[in-house]
Amino acid sequence: MFQHFMNIASLWMLPAILILILTLGLIKRVPIYEVFTEGAKEGFKVSVNIIPYLVAIIVSISMLRASGIIELTGEVLSPLLAHFNIPADILPVMIVRSLSGSAALGIFSDIAHNLGPDNYATTLAAVMVGSSETTFYVLAVYFGAVGISKLRYALLVGLLADLVGIIAAVTVCNLMF
Amino acid sequence: MNYIFYLLIVVSIIAGAVNGRLQEVVNAVLTGAELSVKVAFSLIGIMAFWLGMMRIAQKCGLIDYIARLIKPLTGYLFREIPEDSPAAGDIAMSLSANAFGLSNAATPIGIKAMEELQKHNKDKKSASNAMCMFLAMNTAGFQLMPATVIAVLISTGYKNPTKIIAPTLLVTSIAFVSAIIMAKIFEKYWKPQPVHSSPENQDMEGN
Repeated sequence: MFQHFMNIASLWMLPAILILILTLGLIKRVPIYEVFTEGAKEGFKVSVNIIPYLVAIIVSISMLRASGIIELTGEVLSPLLAHFNIPADILPVMIVRSLSGSAALGIFSDIAHNLGPDNYATTLAAVMVGSSETTFYVLAVYFGAVGISKLRYALLVGLLADLVGIIAAVTVCNLMF
Repeated sequence: MNYIFYLLIVVSIIAGAVNGRLQEVVNAVLTGAELSVKVAFSLIGIMAFWLGMMRIAQKCGLIDYIARLIKPLTGYLFREIPEDSPAAGDIAMSLSANAFGLSNAATPIGIKAMEELQKHNKDKKSASNAMCMFLAMNTAGFQLMPATVIAVLISTGYKNPTKIIAPTLLVTSIAFVSAIIMAKIFEKYWKPQPVHSSPENQDMEGN
């Protein structure tokens, strides 16, 4: 029921916003075509502006992933995980989900295909990946677009929230499944 | 950020050398750089589209209307934003696009919100409290439906993929709320560095 409603809402959200904006624009006698193209001009500039910030973040995280240190951390942490009833397969997901969205999704697909459906690890990984946004990417894009290089506590809060999310995911899944 | 950038790269190189994967690490520089440009270029079109739409939304008063609607909430969370700024409207639009899984729309709109916030930022190089709050809300990734994850589960023959919706929603809400609380706490104790260093930044006025 809820999912059915959400599917319809997701599908109609975007068309509804477009109709609302354009109709309201016409009613208020805004020259919508001109104003649209004027705003759209910014798109190229913004995308090019974020390249230096993206390069810094994506290159350093690609290097980190290639170095094998994530697997190494996993081995070190696995006794601790066993203590909290967390399957060892989940570890890469936990570490990577703050660093790279596509990598987290890739690892999650691997887990789902290797361990098969309806496995506890698959479910836990699904909840972890589904409940998070890639902190490093979001920071690079949003701060990069306006040229901010001093992040203050933004990264720390993002990572702490990710940690809270991991703990919450483990707790909730332990209780529910 | 200087230390994090340094650490990420130096640790990767040392760990790569120890693991005998130095060549992979070196290759990652090229693939990573290529990927960054790919990501940026793939954003151009959708960015242009939504920035265009948002400009219409602003001209016809929709953004201001939304901003006024959620004033009580944003007034508390984003103290620095002046009453008449469209930033609150942009923030609300971006977060709701995120909640409905429209990340293609959420990013350009979010960037527009950042530009509005930057206008009220005193030190253009350093993140303002409002920016940190907005980013905290964003990185917590509040989403009503994890569509991509469910698609993967379906492809593996998972019997009842919709059973993850409720726990995911619960977890993402917990992370979202805690991100807001943490940002509020840090905002008090992690003051921006003064542009010109002066001894008066040790004020203990508090509340």
